[in-house]
Amino acid sequence: MERVPIQLTVNGQSYQVEVEPRMLLVHCIRDVLNLTGTHIGCDTTSCGACTVLWNGRPVKSCTVFAVQADGGEILTVEGLERDGQLHPVQEGFWEEHGLQCGFCTPGMMMTAVALLQENADPSEEEIRKAISGNLCRCTGYVNIVKAIQYAARKMRETVPAAVGIAGGE
Amino acid sequence: MIPGPFSYRRATSIEEAIALLQQYGGDAKVLSGGQSLIPMMKFRLAEPAVIVDINRVPGLDTIEERNGLLSIGGLVRETTLERSPLIRQRYPIIADTAEVIADPLVRNLATVGGNLAHGDPANDHPATMLALRAEVVARGPSGERVISIDDFFVDTFTTALAPDEILTEIRVPAPPPRSGGAYMKFERKVGDYAVAAAAAFLALDEARKIVRAGIGLTNVSYKPLRAEAAENALLGQAPSDELFRAAAELAAQAADPTSDLRGPAEYKRAVARTMTFRALQKALSRAQAA
Ligand SMILES: Cc1cc2nc3c(=O)[nH]c(=O)nc-3n(C[C@H](O)[C@H](O)[C@H](O)COP(=O)(O)OP(=O)(O)OC[C@H]3O[C@@H](n4cnc5c(N)ncnc54)[C@H](O)[C@@H]3O)c2cc1C
Ligand code: FES
Ligand code: FES
Repeated sequence: MERVPIQLTVNGQSYQVEVEPRMLLVHCIRDVLNLTGTHIGCDTTSCGACTVLWNGRPVKSCTVFAVQADGGEILTVEGLERDGQLHPVQEGFWEEHGLQCGFCTPGMMMTAVALLQENADPSEEEIRKAISGNLCRCTGYVNIVKAIQYAARKMRETVPAAVGIAGGE
Repeated sequence: MIPGPFSYRRATSIEEAIALLQQYGGDAKVLSGGQSLIPMMKFRLAEPAVIVDINRVPGLDTIEERNGLLSIGGLVRETTLERSPLIRQRYPIIADTAEVIADPLVRNLATVGGNLAHGDPANDHPATMLALRAEVVARGPSGERVISIDDFFVDTFTTALAPDEILTEIRVPAPPPRSGGAYMKFERKVGDYAVAAAAAFLALDEARKIVRAGIGLTNVSYKPLRAEAAENALLGQAPSDELFRAAAELAAQAADPTSDLRGPAEYKRAVARTMTFRALQKALSRAQAA
């Protein structure tokens, strides 16, 4: 069986691993790197539970081969917290009750982080559009929108240096 | 779900990609955004022995106007397309199309080249490119050839591309004066393929008569469809709702949908009629504003 050596920088840490070409990025993250915060909801590119940032862009990691990401930067939910401090997006989900079962939450937060990096003050419509690839079966989305609005406010209020943390890269 | 095993080859130039495709022939598949190919490989509907990843081939991701043509590189992502100021200002029909494809996460990877090369009649760009009379540029071992969009879609999941050819560019004629286009899609929910959708493009002469008409239909036949009879009915006429209703009826007659989870055939035909009518109305308002 062909195996390919690849290098990935995940949450700022460099990993060298050997993978079969058919290994999906989400399986590499969960089963090889043991970062199980990234979830698998549907495995059919529909739900967004597996969303990670790949070179800064949110993508469905169940629909990318790990070999494709060779040399790339990945940010997962585990990379959001810094020195015991929750990322503003995590804090927003906590404060605004942006989750119930929590299954969609890691993917939802990664999409939110990417949105707020591009748009510091998104309207409700822009938030709803941005998360339209992330499905939630529990909340009805209202509190998710509030959580992202909370994070946007918080990030605008903090010094620019702290906002830079969001990149994790 | 895990795809079947394959060998992975990453091309760093177009020449290398073509050489790899030549070497492996029909056993190889090009990988662009992977947003159609990887799902098909998971279901084992596609089991290529070799994947040729072209994502790091430089020069295939530009959007520019030159010599009266818009050139879109095969690897341009949907997100790039929908945000491009050039596309939004000069080709709003293409922005309409890009922003209703799948969802924002899929659009971060999905490419325009892949959308056409996949040959799926449910995909959205084909109808728009038919309405716009685009051309597809293909590179293969014996060089480059330009394929008219009318000759490009051959059958379901089959295009005019040879197994060792790569779609490098899509060319769209620059909009003439007093022209406009629009894409209207009816979907069950965000991110779904169309129940039916229509692309319309109109150009008016100085007397405000229609001198160019393009109508393309999504997901109502075994391949993307150009509604030629409907286009012809518009030519030389002054635009009106009555004229657009007649053209939409002809487009609906050209449609040949099948009944499935998205609805019975008659319903889809009715949706195609309504989408065509609305796309023509919006195309006209853009042409009048141009
Ligand atoms: C959940 C979901 C919803 C979707 N909804 C829509 C929708 O509403 N509308 C829509 O239009 N699409 C939709 N898509 C499809 C999506 O837009 C695909 O990305 C697109 O059809 C293919 O583009 P790609 O770059 O991902 O191609 P890939 O998946 O990489 O390739 C698709 C096929 O084209 C071939 N190919 C790719 N690029 C080239 C090239 N440059 N030259 C030659 N051959 C090439 C490949 O070998 C393969 O056979 C959806 C996909 C998903 C997962
Ligand atoms: S697990 Fe990837 S989209 Fe659902
Ligand atoms: S909180 Fe349960 S799926 Fe979103």
